[in-house]
Amino acid sequence: MESEKIDQIIDKHHGEASSLLQILLDIQSENSWLPKEVLVRVSQKLDVPLTRIQHIATFYKAFSLVPKGRHKVHICMGTACHVRGATRILDTVEEATGIKAGETDLDMKFSLETVNCLGCCALGPVMNVDGKVLGKMSPVKTAEALKTYE
Amino acid sequence: MARLNTPEELENFRQALLSQRNPDNPCISICAGAGCVASGADDVIAAFNKEIEKEGLTTTVGTKGTGCPGFCERGPVVVIYPEEICYLQVKAEDVPEIIEQTIKANKVVERLLYEDPVTGEKAVKESDISFYKSQERTVLCNNIKIDSRSIDDYLAIGGYSALAKALSEMTDPEVLEEVKKSNLRGRGGAGFPAGRKWEGSRNAPEPIKYVIVNADEGDPGAFMDRALLEGNPHSILEGLIIGGYAINANEGYFYVRQEYPLAVENINFAIEQAEDYGLLGKNIMGSGFDFKVIVHQGAGAFVCGESTALMTSLEGKVGEPRPKYTRSNIKGLWNRPSVLNNVETWANVPLIINKGADWFTSVGTESSKGTKIFSLVGKITNTGLVEVPMGMTLRDIIYKIGGGIPGGKKFKAVQTGGPSGGCIPEDKLDLEVGFDELTKAGSMMGSGGMIVMDEDTCMVDVARYFIEFLTDESCGKCVPCREGLRQMHRILTNITRGKGKEGDIELLEALSETAVEASLCALGKSAPNPFLSTLRYFRDEYEAHIKAQRCPALYCKELIAYFIDPSKCQACMICARSCPSEAIDGGKKKIHIIDQKKCTNCGTCLEVCPPRFGAIKKLSGEPVPGPLPEEERMITKKS
Repeated sequence: MESEKIDQIIDKHHGEASSLLQILLDIQSENSWLPKEVLVRVSQKLDVPLTRIQHIATFYKAFSLVPKGRHKVHICMGTACHVRGATRILDTVEEATGIKAGETDLDMKFSLETVNCLGCCALGPVMNVDGKVLGKMSPVKTAEALKTYE
Repeated sequence: MARLNTPEELENFRQALLSQRNPDNPCISICAGAGCVASGADDVIAAFNKEIEKEGLTTTVGTKGTGCPGFCERGPVVVIYPEEICYLQVKAEDVPEIIEQTIKANKVVERLLYEDPVTGEKAVKESDISFYKSQERTVLCNNIKIDSRSIDDYLAIGGYSALAKALSEMTDPEVLEEVKKSNLRGRGGAGFPAGRKWEGSRNAPEPIKYVIVNADEGDPGAFMDRALLEGNPHSILEGLIIGGYAINANEGYFYVRQEYPLAVENINFAIEQAEDYGLLGKNIMGSGFDFKVIVHQGAGAFVCGESTALMTSLEGKVGEPRPKYTRSNIKGLWNRPSVLNNVETWANVPLIINKGADWFTSVGTESSKGTKIFSLVGKITNTGLVEVPMGMTLRDIIYKIGGGIPGGKKFKAVQTGGPSGGCIPEDKLDLEVGFDELTKAGSMMGSGGMIVMDEDTCMVDVARYFIEFLTDESCGKCVPCREGLRQMHRILTNITRGKGKEGDIELLEALSETAVEASLCALGKSAPNPFLSTLRYFRDEYEAHIKAQRCPALYCKELIAYFIDPSKCQACMICARSCPSEAIDGGKKKIHIIDQKKCTNCGTCLEVCPPRFGAIKKLSGEPVPGPLPEEERMITKKS
């Protein structure tokens, strides 16, 4: 990520240290992960110790310190989905992709995450691939759906 | 847009808006909430716009993408005004027919109406549907009437009149007094009286004060706040400004969960519009009251829904809770008096100011007034958001509104209060919902998640699930929560895997006691609730897991085995072909057998076996019958 872009994001938040969280969120959504150089740049610009930035980047779930795959698969593990069999959907995806939740495969094809509620409980169990919600999933449907991604 | 400088100008503007709108012109409202969008609402909206243009109806027919009206089970939901005709599960293909029949010929498309599963009667209007009939929708009702991106729509239904009334006709102590009198209790979980919280902040000596909206709705299976944030953001904003006026704060914050991007967008949009109209900013409607609002996004941490953690996070730090030697309404954000209320609480404020505290207290129970929105999810026929008066029984909510349990299954328990709530069994279903009533039954109101479980749900696994969630979300600051929950999770996982030991229950109880007594914040203090409440009502399930390695609900993967009933198997090969581990042996006309050594208990065979055969069974705590001898496996055609 270019330092110009980072500076732009920081300036948007008036360079305030209290906006650190919002700055990191913007970078995360722009770049889909937080490389070390970016964190160093933010630390220098805001005059905030790198340790504090690391603390935040590892505490909150929205941040990733590793690159993400081409397709982001989110399995909803909310209670409504859980009682309707979300674990079996997660098992199926783990089986099909060979990665566990929180990991990215070696081809950088899929990143797998679990989330706590996507707010469409009527469609549970639900998975979300690249922002698209796939509802009323079953292990068979899940395996079929994954095959459609390149 | 010119600023509205006085309450009179606001009123005149409202009248001008209304006179421009012909109430007899049809308006098509399409739910654009998360549930309906996932079911294809965007395509439906696009199809309506295209069809209306094609038919040359753009000047007389309006369309609106609205917030969630609640009936997610049958989304996408379309309501056509002024007749209020309600169509369910509408697809883009249905749109030309709706335009042709309903809009042009004034006829109802029967097949898209709600049909009562018991009586078979069709319901034309939204209010005739059994799901809505027993509800009392005072907060949620406007969601379907307004375009969530239009401040004019909100003004047309009387929006910001409460703010005008508060600023021009009431003094700030009068506003506070009215909220106190209404006995509005916080909708976010603890149920602390909002008026008392406000009063504490107002009376605190520090001159700079804050009001904050807690929109960090992290409870899995709960999306009430999301529906309001996305569907009617101005109602929350209006409540917040009134709150700021009452406690003399000039700055307000929205702390919105990062997982709700549309909510963030809509709130930001609402703030901009309100600023343009002079309903926010300097000297609001000529009253001399200044107020500004800042939106802050969370970053995915459940603990940030806790008041002190949320404020720490607002300060740009790691969201860890602080000890509450002094309450946050005295020393909160930046150590200044801060009133933090939940989304739904704020949305109730304009209603109280407009209609008065007496109106508000006329609904509800002795100690819990007004209505409450619940998200009714899980093993329930009508999934969705329901708003009911406090004091309605759980049985009425689940059966009258929710339509009971689907698939002819038996009800087992309802879980209320989010991860730190508890499970309530069948014999307690006549309990009236209210803050104190639910706490007495070992659960809590929480923010309003209501997850229904049927006989197939294992209660030990439910406890394990919630403890796992909370272990994961524990911030790690205090030991009883960080270490205690981890150990509880280990023991519960062992039990669900058939590795439970004598004494495990007692150990879990001891760990629970420590977490309840010694944790720093409410997350840890209430974390053992899911275990304690399931133990209280379903001890037999724990004992079956530990003593007999049996899961009575046939859920726990390690404790069950799949078995093909030879008397029912029709040797159709469907399961054998679908089995991912190739564990099913069989052939055409040869009864199938599952090789228990290869089987991974994934359940695919059960899912694909045609229901008319129903040959796959789950067994737990009993030996799997041995395979049929080879010579008996061939199916000879019955004459």
